[in-house]
Amino acid sequence: MAVNHDDVRYVAELARLSVGDDRLDELVGELNGILAHMDVLAQVNTAGVEQAISDPVESTPLRSDSGGPLALESPREDFAPAMRDGFFIVPRLATHEDTADRAP
Amino acid sequence: MNTAEFAALHATAIAARVSAGEASPADLVKATFDRAAEVGAGSDALNLILWSDRDLADRDAKALEEGLTRAGTGGRLAGVPVAVKDNIATLGLPTTCASKILAGYVSPYEATVVTRLREAGAIVIAKTNMDEFAMGSSNENSAYGPARNPVDVRRVTGGSSGGSAGVVAAGIAPIALGSETGGSVRQPASFCGVVGVKPTYGRVSRYGLVAFASSLDQVGALARNVEDAALAMEIIAGEDSKDSTSKPIPVGSYRDQFLSLASSPAPLDGITIGVPAEYFPEDMDPGIRSQCDRSIEALRSLGARVVDVSLPHSSLAIPVYYIVAPAEASSNLARFDGVRYGSRAAVSGGLREMFGQTRSEGFGREVTRRILLGTYVLSAGYYDAYYRKAQAVRALITRDFHTVFGNGIHALFTPTTPTTAFAIGAVTDPYEMYLGDVFTASANLAGVPAMSIPIGRIAGLPVGGQIIASHFCESMMFRVAYALESALGSEAHQ
Amino acid sequence: MTQSDWEMVVGLEVHVQLKTRSKAFCGCSTDFGAAPNSNTCPICLALPGSLPVLNEKAVALAVRAAVALGSTIHPVSIFARKNYFYPDLPKGYQISQFDQPLATGGSLEIAVDGDAKKIGVTRVHMEEDAGKSLHDRFPGSTAIDLNRAGVPLIEIVSEPDMRSSREATAYLRELKQMLQYLSVSDVSMEEGSLRVDANVSARPRGEKKLGTKTEVKNMNSFSGVERALDFEFARQCALLERGEKIHQQTLLWDSVRNEARVSRTKEGSHDYRFFPEPDLGPLVLDRDWISSVKSAIPELPSDMKRRFAADYGIAPEEINQLASHPELAAYYESAARASGEPKAAANWVMGEVQAAVNSSGVPITQFRIRPTDLAQLITLIRDGLISHSAGKKVFALMLETGKPAPQIAQDAGLLKVGDDTALAAWIDEVVAEHPVEAARYFGGERKLQGVLVGFVMKKSAGKADPGRVNQLLISRAGAG
Repeated sequence: MAVNHDDVRYVAELARLSVGDDRLDELVGELNGILAHMDVLAQVNTAGVEQAISDPVESTPLRSDSGGPLALESPREDFAPAMRDGFFIVPRLATHEDTADRAP
Repeated sequence: MNTAEFAALHATAIAARVSAGEASPADLVKATFDRAAEVGAGSDALNLILWSDRDLADRDAKALEEGLTRAGTGGRLAGVPVAVKDNIATLGLPTTCASKILAGYVSPYEATVVTRLREAGAIVIAKTNMDEFAMGSSNENSAYGPARNPVDVRRVTGGSSGGSAGVVAAGIAPIALGSETGGSVRQPASFCGVVGVKPTYGRVSRYGLVAFASSLDQVGALARNVEDAALAMEIIAGEDSKDSTSKPIPVGSYRDQFLSLASSPAPLDGITIGVPAEYFPEDMDPGIRSQCDRSIEALRSLGARVVDVSLPHSSLAIPVYYIVAPAEASSNLARFDGVRYGSRAAVSGGLREMFGQTRSEGFGREVTRRILLGTYVLSAGYYDAYYRKAQAVRALITRDFHTVFGNGIHALFTPTTPTTAFAIGAVTDPYEMYLGDVFTASANLAGVPAMSIPIGRIAGLPVGGQIIASHFCESMMFRVAYALESALGSEAHQ
Repeated sequence: MTQSDWEMVVGLEVHVQLKTRSKAFCGCSTDFGAAPNSNTCPICLALPGSLPVLNEKAVALAVRAAVALGSTIHPVSIFARKNYFYPDLPKGYQISQFDQPLATGGSLEIAVDGDAKKIGVTRVHMEEDAGKSLHDRFPGSTAIDLNRAGVPLIEIVSEPDMRSSREATAYLRELKQMLQYLSVSDVSMEEGSLRVDANVSARPRGEKKLGTKTEVKNMNSFSGVERALDFEFARQCALLERGEKIHQQTLLWDSVRNEARVSRTKEGSHDYRFFPEPDLGPLVLDRDWISSVKSAIPELPSDMKRRFAADYGIAPEEINQLASHPELAAYYESAARASGEPKAAANWVMGEVQAAVNSSGVPITQFRIRPTDLAQLITLIRDGLISHSAGKKVFALMLETGKPAPQIAQDAGLLKVGDDTALAAWIDEVVAEHPVEAARYFGGERKLQGVLVGFVMKKSAGKADPGRVNQLLISRAGAG
């Protein structure tokens, strides 16, 4: 399978990476070069494998509700790019659209 | 103690001397920093070390000294200087993952593996250079410049734990922590002529290891010899309640097991070692082939039975790895958005622009490429054909190992890398670089433990031999490695 | 065709915050109202190298809710990453469940105008909450508070079985009551522990196929849900009447303007790239544990209401009120049983007790007058030892002093006087003060008995035992 400009632009947007147009051209080539090597996987017979890997025996470990939080050895202000009154500050979400971008 | 003397000391010897009061932690810190200066570990020369703080190290040495006076005896790593790869969280020294997006970031918490080393008395003396976010096989993808191989400074250290391998090879610290996702400890160990260990997946806590590919990542250890590497493993291994993927399987004393056999004439008597055909292709480098042949002979002389085996799906490891790892990475690196930590781009627009610019400016080319690749293989319409399919093929690769180990094979022996260290700048095609992981990636995909030890040299360049064992059978792996190391002796470094 | 020719079809996705002390994947407190970002740690801040560890209480509460809904609990369920960018989503993904959720199926019974109906549940799954973004606190900036990031949630998805906005709110009320009962959640829309998204479509009555649905979000109260659904249904009907198509889109409810506006997100922009969460293994629940959760579930409100009706014979409105909160129901039941007077207990609890509890501000579990204390008061009245109006005074004094009812009645002289000598003395006084009525009564006008008794009650400031007074008057009258 091969990617085109639109694919790379779409994926860059999903990944929040601002890619310039010339870099976009290069990336289409680079990604296709890599993806070409993946086609071999389509040939492999994996019937029945997924059932085997979905028979787990162990559960993810569970933690007690009353454990208490892990400490930070330095205050948030030390590593935060921008803080005010205890909040992390970012440039404002300008549009109604952006607010609705989130899922619930 | 002079630097030459220091550079030859084993970690076990250092700890013994410190505990006995024959060496002071402060002297060891001095020796480390002197040695680092002597070989040029900083950005002006080998560029192995990104961050270090002499004052901090001296304070730690003093605290250790005071603790020793009170306790009367030291931990198993008392006074031992250790270097830590820059993607493992430490207090005091920055954790940047060799990326601009984390420039100046000092973690407010410490990785479990670092806590365990320090509780054993070790002193963290530096954060080492690496490929950015552990994505690379040469340490040329660092935002802070490539690391240089101490054996030949025109050549790469290998990656991604290049700085850690180089620090050990240059005698700056006897032990260094690295991380493995596709071979990132074993491959640079092979290129630099040191020992590098990747534990079983789930053997060592990942809490504090900046995630690249969560289902593959493990912290690994580099050392000048098998015994020190085994000691480091004994200390950092074991379940951690903060890592849900770490397993509650007891950690053995790896050293006791092989040291007790050390005087035996046939320490591998009763052991069957498999040599997988797929790792010895027709067009294999003849120099590496002959080094491997010599090692196989040595294994036989140690009493092992050596047989041919097959891991039929080996050739699929690289395609599988380069779908699964970037996919998980694309998700793991989404947290780098400039909101809570790290660098943030100055923009005139709104939040969307801030995210885009921060990430584009902060991530290097290889990281960007892998995030795009990973996002693509997870995206709607492609998930089944790529990610899901790759995980299914991964299960076949794992099954290959189960089959072989279930058929009376105790360990496997293979070359670690298809080549010796190449020149800086020599490999530019991404996929060609990826192929450097061809012998290492399978072990990460299957989760089995594997390690590389020096087995010889070609034109002065180190060659690594790889020992692979079954899940949680580090004891067996170390036993074979130690015996081989002893048998080869100084030939391993010629 | 008019709107009445169209049928509204509604499905609801409800997010409920689980009532745990700590977050889903870290030990930070879930307390409401703490200083911004004070309940955060490396894990919920998504610091590099941090890892999630699952809270067992969150699992227990999620299973409890699913069991109460009659859902099938899957012994193996998988966590998955839902990947998207938002400033209050620290990891850039939410840990949720996608394929293989905790539970599927189930239902909730609702009643609208006395008609009972079962609303189907599609699935119940676990996930974590995001933080809060405040857009108007600082001009030009958005302020992020991650105290809420990582709080455990369950998402309950209903089948599209609701056919009116009233059915939708009935569903929400039942769900809220049940989850409150089970101590699964505080389920407060005001506090954000209960959030609702609706899927609405319209189709001609009798049509089986579903119409195109739209999603309505941002409703902040039950009445908001009702108005939003009615608004959107009307909008869709108007379009369909004109022969236009409904576009699948998301609308945000504006409760100030009473309208739903289309959110201008691009088609396909929500590619969440779900994949199994590699930092957590599967959640494997053994059958014995699931059974123990099932048996530990307290009585459900619907079952309790049925039982109250059968055992105590009190009216439906009273039952609804008493069963509205578990603590209130427990208080009532305890008083009813201890006194043996369920109807009287109902009156006292819904009247005096509720009023006192409300004005005191303490929860009923900490109310000074315990159910057994109330039961004592009720039996005093039932046994005729004090009058009902004296009982109210005793109640007030019980609240003030904390002393038991019999002691107060005695000390305050409120015990009805049944002593014949005292009663005879009062009767004598009344006869002397009201000679006309007395003469008429003793002359044969028995209907004046009540009047005379009334005078005696007044003279005795309510303390006379009216029953005994009646008897004495009758015997005096009989004696000639």
